[in-house]
Amino acid sequence: MITVLTLLPLLGALVIACIKRESIGRALAFLVNLIALAIACTLWARFDSTSVKLQFDERYEWAPALGAQYFVGIDGLSLLMILLTCLVIPFALVAAWKFERASNTYTALMLSLQSGLVGTFTALNFFHWFIFWELSLVPAYFLIKLWGGPMRAQAANQFFVYTLVGSVTLLLSFLAMYWATKTFDFIQLAEMGRSGELTSKLMLQLGWYRLSTESLALVIFAGALLGFAVKVPLFPFHTWLPATYSEAPSATSMVLTGVLSKMGVYGFLRILIPIFPEQMRAMLTPLLWLSVATIVFSAFAAFAQRDLKRMLGYSSINHLGYCLLGIFAAMKYTGTDPTLTLEKTAALNGVLLQVFNHGITAAALFCFVAMLEHRTGLKYVDSFGGLRQAAPIFCGLMGIATFASIGLPGLNGFVGEFLIFKGAFPLAPWEAALALLGLLATAVFLITMMQRVFHGPLQKPFVDLRPGEWMIVAPAIALMFGLGICPNLILKFTNTTVANFAALLAN
Amino acid sequence: MNYRDLFILTVPEVILTIGALVVLAIDLSLRRTAANRARMLAGAALTALACLAAGTWVIAAKASGSFYGGMLVLDSLTRLIKPMLLLMTVFTALISVDTHFTDHVGEFFALLLLATIGMMFLVSTENVLMIFIALELLSLSLYILTAFNKQNFQSAEAALKYFLIGGISAAFMLFGLSLIYGLTGEIELRKIAAKASLDPLLLTALIMVVAGFGFKVAAVPFHLWAPDAYQGAPTASAAFIASGSKLASFFILAKVLMLGFNGETWAMLVAVIAALSILVGNVAAIAQSSVRRLLAYSAVAQAGYMLTGLLANNDQGLTSLIYYAATYAVTALGAFGVVAIVQERGGSEQLTAFAGLSKRSPVLSVCMLIFLLSLAGIPPLAGFFGKFYLFSAAMSRGLLWLVILAIAMSAVSLYYYLQVLKQIYVVNGEGSRLTACGLGCSVSAVLAIAVVLLGCAPDLLVEPLLRAIRSAGL
Amino acid sequence: MLDWTIYVTFGGMFLMLFAPARSLTAIRSLALLTTLAGLTLAIYGFLRFDPNAGLTTIRKLSWIPTLGAQYFIAADGISITLVLLTGIAAVSGVLFSWNIEHRAKEYFAFYLALIGGVYGVFLSFDLFLLFVFYELAIIPKYFLIAIWGSTRKEYGAMKLAIYSFVGSAMVLIGLIAAYVIAGGKTFDLNELANFAFPEKFQYWAFPLVFIGFGILAGLWPFHTWAPTGHVAAPTAASMLLAGVVMKLGAYGALRVAMTLFPLGLQAWRHEIAVLATIGVVYGGMVALVQRDFKFVIGYSSVSHMGFVLLGLMTLTTIGLNGAVLQMFSHGVIAGLLFGVVGRMVYERTHTRDLAQLETMNLGRAMPFAALIFVLAGLASMGMPGFSGFVAELQVLIGAWRMYPTLAVLCGAGIVIAVAYTLRAIHRSFYSGEPAPANASALPPISIPERVGAVMLLACSLAIGLYPRLLLDIIAPSWDSPLMSRLIMR
Repeated sequence: MITVLTLLPLLGALVIACIKRESIGRALAFLVNLIALAIACTLWARFDSTSVKLQFDERYEWAPALGAQYFVGIDGLSLLMILLTCLVIPFALVAAWKFERASNTYTALMLSLQSGLVGTFTALNFFHWFIFWELSLVPAYFLIKLWGGPMRAQAANQFFVYTLVGSVTLLLSFLAMYWATKTFDFIQLAEMGRSGELTSKLMLQLGWYRLSTESLALVIFAGALLGFAVKVPLFPFHTWLPATYSEAPSATSMVLTGVLSKMGVYGFLRILIPIFPEQMRAMLTPLLWLSVATIVFSAFAAFAQRDLKRMLGYSSINHLGYCLLGIFAAMKYTGTDPTLTLEKTAALNGVLLQVFNHGITAAALFCFVAMLEHRTGLKYVDSFGGLRQAAPIFCGLMGIATFASIGLPGLNGFVGEFLIFKGAFPLAPWEAALALLGLLATAVFLITMMQRVFHGPLQKPFVDLRPGEWMIVAPAIALMFGLGICPNLILKFTNTTVANFAALLAN
Repeated sequence: MNYRDLFILTVPEVILTIGALVVLAIDLSLRRTAANRARMLAGAALTALACLAAGTWVIAAKASGSFYGGMLVLDSLTRLIKPMLLLMTVFTALISVDTHFTDHVGEFFALLLLATIGMMFLVSTENVLMIFIALELLSLSLYILTAFNKQNFQSAEAALKYFLIGGISAAFMLFGLSLIYGLTGEIELRKIAAKASLDPLLLTALIMVVAGFGFKVAAVPFHLWAPDAYQGAPTASAAFIASGSKLASFFILAKVLMLGFNGETWAMLVAVIAALSILVGNVAAIAQSSVRRLLAYSAVAQAGYMLTGLLANNDQGLTSLIYYAATYAVTALGAFGVVAIVQERGGSEQLTAFAGLSKRSPVLSVCMLIFLLSLAGIPPLAGFFGKFYLFSAAMSRGLLWLVILAIAMSAVSLYYYLQVLKQIYVVNGEGSRLTACGLGCSVSAVLAIAVVLLGCAPDLLVEPLLRAIRSAGL
Repeated sequence: MLDWTIYVTFGGMFLMLFAPARSLTAIRSLALLTTLAGLTLAIYGFLRFDPNAGLTTIRKLSWIPTLGAQYFIAADGISITLVLLTGIAAVSGVLFSWNIEHRAKEYFAFYLALIGGVYGVFLSFDLFLLFVFYELAIIPKYFLIAIWGSTRKEYGAMKLAIYSFVGSAMVLIGLIAAYVIAGGKTFDLNELANFAFPEKFQYWAFPLVFIGFGILAGLWPFHTWAPTGHVAAPTAASMLLAGVVMKLGAYGALRVAMTLFPLGLQAWRHEIAVLATIGVVYGGMVALVQRDFKFVIGYSSVSHMGFVLLGLMTLTTIGLNGAVLQMFSHGVIAGLLFGVVGRMVYERTHTRDLAQLETMNLGRAMPFAALIFVLAGLASMGMPGFSGFVAELQVLIGAWRMYPTLAVLCGAGIVIAVAYTLRAIHRSFYSGEPAPANASALPPISIPERVGAVMLLACSLAIGLYPRLLLDIIAPSWDSPLMSRLIMR
């Protein structure tokens, strides 16, 4: 089933790329996404939330000489990411069709992006995980390059090359580990990482330059860390993001911020922490402070932006910073103290919630920006004003999304951030305290934005949302309320995985 | 010993002598009436006939042994080499048919045959006196053959240079040979070897003898006649100089050095000469714009390669030398055959005259391709195998530096051969299509096929040579 | 059976000499049939090959008894992989040359001669025979470039010919020396490899022979013929040069230099590994600043061959597997890249200057070519899913043990590859304003070009997604007595 889910969008993309009539292409894409969503929901429905084992797994021999095996499976974390993908992509596609007049090539590229994403979130052997990881870069590159803004060429190049440097170091680290352990399997590597066998094997097989065992393992860890740090992004590797989000067509930015940025967090949770727990603990303090820096600096930087898309880009960095804070806080070594383990579970639950919620919220925000651009061709805060008079529905809906992003209780953004801070305070008090500054700054810039755009004198004529248009954002808005009031929808199936995770981290 | 036995032993040479006289006589009678080409054809036919008859006798004759104090040596080796020489003469005669350079047709072929007689005696002797006589017969004939084109002053100049330098080297050689006689009291090679001791005077004699032979094979620094002779002489004469006389001279040089002297005495000397020849020949050829001068300098370089093989001083070395000399002779003949046709139609033998030859005459172009690539040492042609064999033999004697030099210079040589081929194949030239393949063209084609054949299946030649050499006790 | 690839190809060349010069259809069909026959035979041999049987002798006849040279044709996994590559490259080269009209007969005759020689090298296990085929391949290259080439064709052709000849001269010296020292009895590779050459001899013989072959493989700093030669050559010749002929050098280095002189190999491997890595990085960096489209691809070839040579120096099963796989992968990918640049772009726009191409908005005018080039570019970058990734992966794994710094540098090389490929894609196809009026005047991509491009792309994808196809026959080759001495446990 997972294989079908992964490959179906890609096949759809290949077919659509050859079709000339846009209407047929769009219909086909819609169908594909419908089926994908159906499969995702089936997975959700059939998911056993009480078990910690891997479900729906498939294993096929591929290239034993290389240690490559087709191994896929999901647990709570993967399921969450799949659901997110299957929700955001159709959302973005419809927005692209409506507001950007996207051609069939655009649709095909989006669908291949979807394949790449689902593949990344379900693969459990490095060989094909990496294939999907890299393959998700390519459609994104072309989407930015061909349909983006005036500086799109540089932005696309920067995006691709920057991310690729991280990928290359990640690849090199994994190749070193393969040489030492002869396996690419994440589960096996995690076992070795936990028991300490990994470091000893690395030392045994590699042993260069008279590096000590710990240093050697740290070097390998650093390579992998860089790969994910660039993707999330973690300060100071975030400089590619604002330009990319700004130049990308808005629908693409929806996917970029909604799902692609989550790939980094997924990588931390699935790969980096299980395989390198000791090394992460060794670097924990600098990492914590980096995540704080990410949160605070990006929030203040967002405040200084005039371009809406750049602002939202920095906002993304900020929100993902909370995820990282939660993760790093949960890594702290606490022995088997049960209260602290509970805190860790809370923090990690918060991280997952934040991932999902931010995905929906940020995608919605970019959708609104797409509407703005479509109507007026502008994206600068200062160009707008007084929209509340002309388009009350639009402002109402955008307001909801903005408040969700701020973290207003009752909307989905609150629960995630609350849990993260609840879990982080006992574990990393100073860092969490400073991160609060970020929360404050977020609130400030978002409300300022709302004030500038919605209130004040009307600068440009603006037609309000027609029913066809606000139906596009309606599901997202509904989710914002739904998850805000009833986060158990998600927590129900993620909790077991998270608790198990935290327990593993406890020793 | 009586004259009857002597006659039977030298029947091939007698046939050739009679042939020469007959050609002269017939041409004298034809001179009044027939056209030049018809006379050339008649003369060539007669020459070929004489050579074939002589060759048949050589192969069929059973006589074997050393006669008259080494003056006449007949064994399986001479039974192999003499027919080769005769074949060269036949091909040279055939090549000359289509060229128009002289009115004295009969004299030309008579001299050709006389030179052949000289070569035949040269390869079947181990007596220094006979060597000198045969060498002189060969050389004098060749001087005149070079001068044969009375309309072209280059021909006369070349012949004069050839004669002067040749005369001096002949004098040197005679002096050296007489010194040897004075020191050892012997004129038979094997007996000289037995009597020789490490005497500075003997060394001087050796140097003089080598100088004499060096002139004949156009080795540095005795090569100065070669470019002019190859360029100025009528094509057929140049072809003959490049082929048959080279083969015979190398053979006798090898015999003299290997049989007459101890290996250590002449190794350094010959090695230096070889190295210089390879260097000078290849480097000078790069700058040439005349194809014949290019072939001349190439011949100098090839002489160097052959001397490298000689340095091995064993049966493998000699086999490789003869194989290479024979195949080189065939190649040179063929190349000159092509040059003859191009020069005859186009009027010049500069590189530019070859432009676009591939369109005008595909057959000639392919032949030239084969010849030049064989000279460069590209497999699977005879030149490659020959070089390989030469260098293996030399390497087994530890002459690594010389082999490295030779191979490196071979790489350089590809450059100038490709220049000619570039003209033929790459450059667009004017000129109408040459008429269908005539005699000269067919000869070249046959020779090209021979080059390919000897390259792909070299054992055809090598195996009999090796056996013959071993049985001759070399 | 596999040796029939050689005979069929030379037979085709011979027939071509008698084909009517006016009838282009006859000439092209003959060339296509011959190369297809060669490919079919190669595939047939590939399917029937039993990898666990080790070295399979196909024909062993006595050739020159006085020297000890034999007509010894055999195959193992490595040979078959490369024979298969030759078959594929040959067919696609003919397809991309379909439009040649000027002296087409001679063109295809030289082309087939080159292919025949290459087949011969990959199947010979007698050193004399191998050398004969190796040298044989030089002359057709010269003519292909000098007559049908473009930029500075005569200079490029001569440079290539002389460089190749010098390289083979170096090999010849080492060959003769080895032959003589081993007793002058045989050229059989297996027997010569068993002979224990003295260490002092190996110390200079190995670099001589390795570099001799390495010149053709594009070993830095002896690679300078490659960019000039590739640019000067006509499309199909560039495809063959980069795709197959460079592999001749790498194959020779592996099969001859490394097996005959193991002690020499041990002495020099670090230096060669460093040179290989310099090639990877230098090639990439120079490609980054080129103005001529074809030069970018030419330098990228040097860069990719650096991976092959580094893989060879790792002396681990996985690194060597990667090297051989990279030979195959790069052969296919380079063919594809040159096909697009030379045939699809240059012959239509008559320019290869990136600055000029930028103004033409070729992405709209030639969408098929753009797509193919993008996919080929991805493959060249080492994007997972294509063959280059699997090959470079294995080379890097093998390199980690002995040369970690070099592995990291090669990783940087991968990033540089991405950069120059993106630059090339951007400037050639996807920049510039919507097409000016004359863009529609470009002739459409013909059927032979499409077939050739798709064929090559399919090969790269197939191996990238299912590398077992080739790895299953390459991996056991290292168990044979000849090759196992290379592996350092």
